[in-house]
Amino acid sequence: MLTDGDLKGLRVALTGGTSGLGLALVRLLTARGARVAFVARSAPAVEQIARETGAYGIVGDVGRKEDIYPVALQVTANLGGLDALINNASSLGPTPLALLADTECEELEQALRVNVLGPFRLTKALLGALAASVRSGRGAAVINVSSDAAVNPYAGWGAYGASKAALRHLTDIWAAEAKADGICFLSLDPGDMDTPLHALAIPASDPKTLKRPREAAAEIVRALLAHVPGATRRTEGP
Amino acid sequence: MIVAGRGKRWSAKLLVADSAGGLRNLPRVALESLFEPGDLVVANDAATLPASLMGIHCVSGDAIEIRLAAWERVGDPTRFTALAFRGGDHRTPTEERMAASLARDDRLALGPLVAVVEHCLASRLYKLRFLGDRTNILAGLARHARPIQYAHVPELLALCDVWTKIAADPIALEPPSAGFALSWRVQASWRERGIGFATLTHAAGVSSTGDPALDARLPFDEPFCIGKRTAAAIAQTKACQRRVVAVGTTVVRALESAADENGGVRAGEGVARGRIGRKTPLRVVDALLTGVHQPGDSHFELLHAFADDAALQSIAATLCASGYRSHEFGDSLLIERRGLG
Repeated sequence: MLTDGDLKGLRVALTGGTSGLGLALVRLLTARGARVAFVARSAPAVEQIARETGAYGIVGDVGRKEDIYPVALQVTANLGGLDALINNASSLGPTPLALLADTECEELEQALRVNVLGPFRLTKALLGALAASVRSGRGAAVINVSSDAAVNPYAGWGAYGASKAALRHLTDIWAAEAKADGICFLSLDPGDMDTPLHALAIPASDPKTLKRPREAAAEIVRALLAHVPGATRRTEGP
Repeated sequence: MIVAGRGKRWSAKLLVADSAGGLRNLPRVALESLFEPGDLVVANDAATLPASLMGIHCVSGDAIEIRLAAWERVGDPTRFTALAFRGGDHRTPTEERMAASLARDDRLALGPLVAVVEHCLASRLYKLRFLGDRTNILAGLARHARPIQYAHVPELLALCDVWTKIAADPIALEPPSAGFALSWRVQASWRERGIGFATLTHAAGVSSTGDPALDARLPFDEPFCIGKRTAAAIAQTKACQRRVVAVGTTVVRALESAADENGGVRAGEGVARGRIGRKTPLRVVDALLTGVHQPGDSHFELLHAFADDAALQSIAATLCASGYRSHEFGDSLLIERRGLG
């Protein structure tokens, strides 16, 4: 059951925070009292969402290697540490969607940069902060937003599907490696949602048949709480 | 990765100097097989703030470099004690750089940031205040500032070069570089072997000002924070008569500053003042993993707390003869304190 302020003290960073699922997560997490830092590319959109929600807005592109450490610096400095990272920002690859044989190499590279390398780099840069959270007894989790396209080979979804499949496998391996460090890694598939990304991929789909992003956001927060020991007793302090 | 040894699997070396005067040359990867079950390794998990800003002294129009040297209040990026250099860059050794002469209320344009001189503390040393709110100052530092650079590292260092694997809260102004030896693999091996690992967070400040009178005052007072769990782990280690291994001189300063009468440490925030040297009794730390430093610099002088002159001479001679690389990104030395059983 959602209650105001029940996540007080939880420190969450997420990417792609100005639209779709990411925006719904920023709104939900801040409404429940979490301290949130979000990353997105557009400075005006970042400013607007930061003003609206009280979250820390960080302008950056996870697909750009040079942006990763400056983003990580702002995350940890603004939040004073980190309990959870949600790698949500995603690139579809070519839009409109294209058959693999019609996909430019650069389009595949772009999808891999945003959907695989970006989460890998940002997680690596923030792993020290997450491990520090575990050592202080707060627990830590990394949630990587996945898709059924990571599992099913849908025609036309080559760049996106291949990159999400790589992210899913990366998450599973990291989960095994970081278990002893106490850092939980999860892949979560939010389902087909009524988001700008989905509209780009399938312009003809009827929004009424799609999941609301805030429902998916609530599911992700529930999963987060189930996997970060101590997340709900944070009001007692570290 | 541009710094030797970072990013590629390079063969860093480790000199182990035991309390009986014995010396062993090891590959640094052997760290994972050192220490005994029950021992506790304590490291500094501070990440490094980019603390060098190039810009313009608005009154004179001169190009300047500002190096953030110490926090006014740790974690608050609005006020710092800072060094000011005129023109040039890090490729000129710090001691050969010209001091910039600033006056109170002077404005400095530092990329997207504007700073105002609040006080003149000494030649080249000032108190600065950044204009704007905390989040915007952090964004400006993240985008415009670079880590403090070193004349002996010609390539530009980026943040990823100066954050250790365990880097968490960005409050160090130069990297706690002994921590570069700590890979996740090493930590996993220690865990499997029953060797404890704990951290504190110590805001390491600048290592060099370029001014002999100021350098004599280094290190400046440095704030630190020791968590309850780390203090408890140290108490347990001492109770079991096992060893506390400090990773880096910042950890020695913090732990010895926070030492209580029983060989434990007080949890909480503190400030490390003054230098550790030959007259400092070590009440907590039994061994130190550190970088390789030259006799004469403050990091090497700290080793006098661990070993006598003859032992240190022998260590220095071996480091030199065996071609150990010094400074922040070089090889490592593990030294046990004299009298350790």
